[in-house]
Amino acid sequence: MTQSLHINKTYKLYIDGKFLRTESGRYIKWTDPKKNMPIINFCRGSRKDFRNAVVAARSAFKAWSGRSAYNRGQIFYRIAEMLEGRKEQFKSELILQGFTKKQSEKEVALSINRIVYYAGWADKYQQLFSRVNPVSSPYYNFSTPEPTGVVAVIAPDHSCLLGFLSVVVPAVVGGNTVVVLASESYPLCGITFAEVLHSSDVPGGVINIMSGRYNELIEQFSSHMDVNAIIYCAVDSGHASVVEKNTALNVKRAVNYADQNWINPDAQGPYHIMKSQEIKTSWHPIGY
Amino acid sequence: MVGRTNTTKKKVSTNWEYSAAPESTDHISLMSNYDLFIAGKFTKPKEGTYFNSINPANETNIAKVASAGKADVNKAVAAAKVAYENVWKKMDPSQRGKYIYRIARLIQERAREFAVIETLDCGKPIRESRDIDIPLAAAHFFYYAGWADKLDYAFPGRKTKPIGVAGQIIPWNFPLLMAAWKIAPALATGNTVVLKPAETTPLTALKLAEIIQDADLPPGVVNIVTGDGSTGEYLVNHSKVDKIAFTGSTEVGKSIIRALAGSSKKYTLELGGKAANIIFEDAPIDQAVEGIINSIFFNQGHVCCAGSRLYVQESVSKEIISKLKSRMENLILGDPLDKNTDIGAINSKTQLEKIQMYLDIGVDEGSTIYQSTCTIPKKGYWCAPTLFTDMSQSHRLVQEEIFGPVLVIQTFRTIDEVIAKANNTPYGLSGGVWTDKGSKIFKISKDIRAGVIWANTFNKFDPTSPFGGYKESGMGREGGLEGLLPYVNLY
Repeated sequence: MTQSLHINKTYKLYIDGKFLRTESGRYIKWTDPKKNMPIINFCRGSRKDFRNAVVAARSAFKAWSGRSAYNRGQIFYRIAEMLEGRKEQFKSELILQGFTKKQSEKEVALSINRIVYYAGWADKYQQLFSRVNPVSSPYYNFSTPEPTGVVAVIAPDHSCLLGFLSVVVPAVVGGNTVVVLASESYPLCGITFAEVLHSSDVPGGVINIMSGRYNELIEQFSSHMDVNAIIYCAVDSGHASVVEKNTALNVKRAVNYADQNWINPDAQGPYHIMKSQEIKTSWHPIGY
Repeated sequence: MVGRTNTTKKKVSTNWEYSAAPESTDHISLMSNYDLFIAGKFTKPKEGTYFNSINPANETNIAKVASAGKADVNKAVAAAKVAYENVWKKMDPSQRGKYIYRIARLIQERAREFAVIETLDCGKPIRESRDIDIPLAAAHFFYYAGWADKLDYAFPGRKTKPIGVAGQIIPWNFPLLMAAWKIAPALATGNTVVLKPAETTPLTALKLAEIIQDADLPPGVVNIVTGDGSTGEYLVNHSKVDKIAFTGSTEVGKSIIRALAGSSKKYTLELGGKAANIIFEDAPIDQAVEGIINSIFFNQGHVCCAGSRLYVQESVSKEIISKLKSRMENLILGDPLDKNTDIGAINSKTQLEKIQMYLDIGVDEGSTIYQSTCTIPKKGYWCAPTLFTDMSQSHRLVQEEIFGPVLVIQTFRTIDEVIAKANNTPYGLSGGVWTDKGSKIFKISKDIRAGVIWANTFNKFDPTSPFGGYKESGMGREGGLEGLLPYVNLY
């Protein structure tokens, strides 16, 4: 038997549950840092791709935020199962991008744990952050968290799988829909995570994933009028300034994870879910 | 029989007007000049400029108030910083709480005086300042005082640290109440404060400064700098201010976001609104009509969460609108100090001009205007209760915040239609629903994208109840446990 020739994978954007090439037809050549060989042509996602992804995310929002908390938890547990089954793929992608074997094993194991951790929060954070308020008039008054809406996420550049999941999962577990820009320096695991999602019962449009140039897209991610919040990791205070100025356009919520170490214990927890939640308070008269 | 004949002959009066019932003003103490309150003392402004605070109901000057320039703001922030580092953040939280309790008690003791001054300074009916603004302000201090030594229980798994110096900028619609909403949680969590009251309504904040002196609060823990927008800008841009809390228009809120971009200052914003008040055909109609009146004419409609867009189900729209008009005819507009007054004065000339501009736009865009036929006093700033019909979603009066006693009315047929219309706005502060059916209430309150939903009621507030907006109505909450979060770092 002759040796079988390796088949290279075509990497695409993941928008509205479909694997699409960028409408712009542009690409980014990505080079293996060890062998100095061009190995991948990524899509260089465009502003138009982003706008299409926001439309998909907005359309998916009502149904996704309307799913039962239990169901969202089940789906995230399923995502963890799928990632577990594809462990070897993600390890080899990490190694290809320059991580050691040991590092890549740790990154994948922590990533699976992180998804399982948040799957468990899906039907619990509401209990932790809801309250009945003892108003001094005859009303039944209560406050509950609700998702902010469509969240634009710029994933951390240096933690391409664990960091990616640490910003995306809490937002989506909380009922938001997202458009994510995967790491530009290490794009592989973020963009291929779409393969995990695609086999995990996540409805199309809930998590949209793009690859592209951070510098080119940050303007669009932060200024889009139908995006309710942006989660990002500013490279420097200049970037933070650009993003925050743009958030004024529609009073977008901005969460900057610039200095977060994604391996630390404080990188996960229900307070990360609450960063893309709103508190709604309802008043009901008590009477007859 | 003779007597009886006499009785029937006696002419019965047809004048059903209320007699005047003015609240007395002889018990209030007001100085003719107010300086800035910095480091526990009333301090003259460096540049020596003062402006008049006028009574919008008769355009008379009440008092002269200092205008804080950059040097004054610097001084206030420096005082707040020193008080923060040396005194307030180190103080045993239970003692901090006791100072805040003192403030609450002193407001309660002087409540009537504060109510009268509030009414003089902002034109709101004494009934509202006496029964709502002042008692709620005291209640806010009372509520947050108790949190001071219980913060370890507020955020499960985390502890809290104060942020530092909070710069707080408040509006003119509920002057003392907004000061309380800002100051009480900031102090309870260990921060110190520089407060900038609104230019047209600074007096009750300055009276609060007297109470703060009486409470013997350590100097610099609360500083009050009066002035116009430029004073606020100095505060926002000051490098030693660690946090900005602003209540006001969405436009100014956005400029604050831009000003703070790239700085590490935290901020919370409570901005404009254009709330939908939704009346279903199965609502208790008379209660709903009363609720509509309260939702839009409370405080002359100078309420960010006012129910300024009314959506009435088609089958009951004629009945509701006719009852609404007849109820509007019975609203008493006039002297805000009169205990029978329902509608007081518009807060300022500028605001009156803005409202009048919107009335013109409404008429120009082809909508039908209806105003109650009340007598408008000759002096002062007044606007008769107004409603507009024949409106569609694209009308400017449906989209833009007017901040006056102006209601725009549209009809709807289905629940999905009204949810879509209600959410078709950049704002998301509040909403109302009137129906007899519980499941419908929950459907509406779940689907309306707003921070506060009132079912079969409107414009209710309480210190324990979080308040704040979705979308362009702001971020962060004031009131309740959530109201602590803007003033702490969690670790």
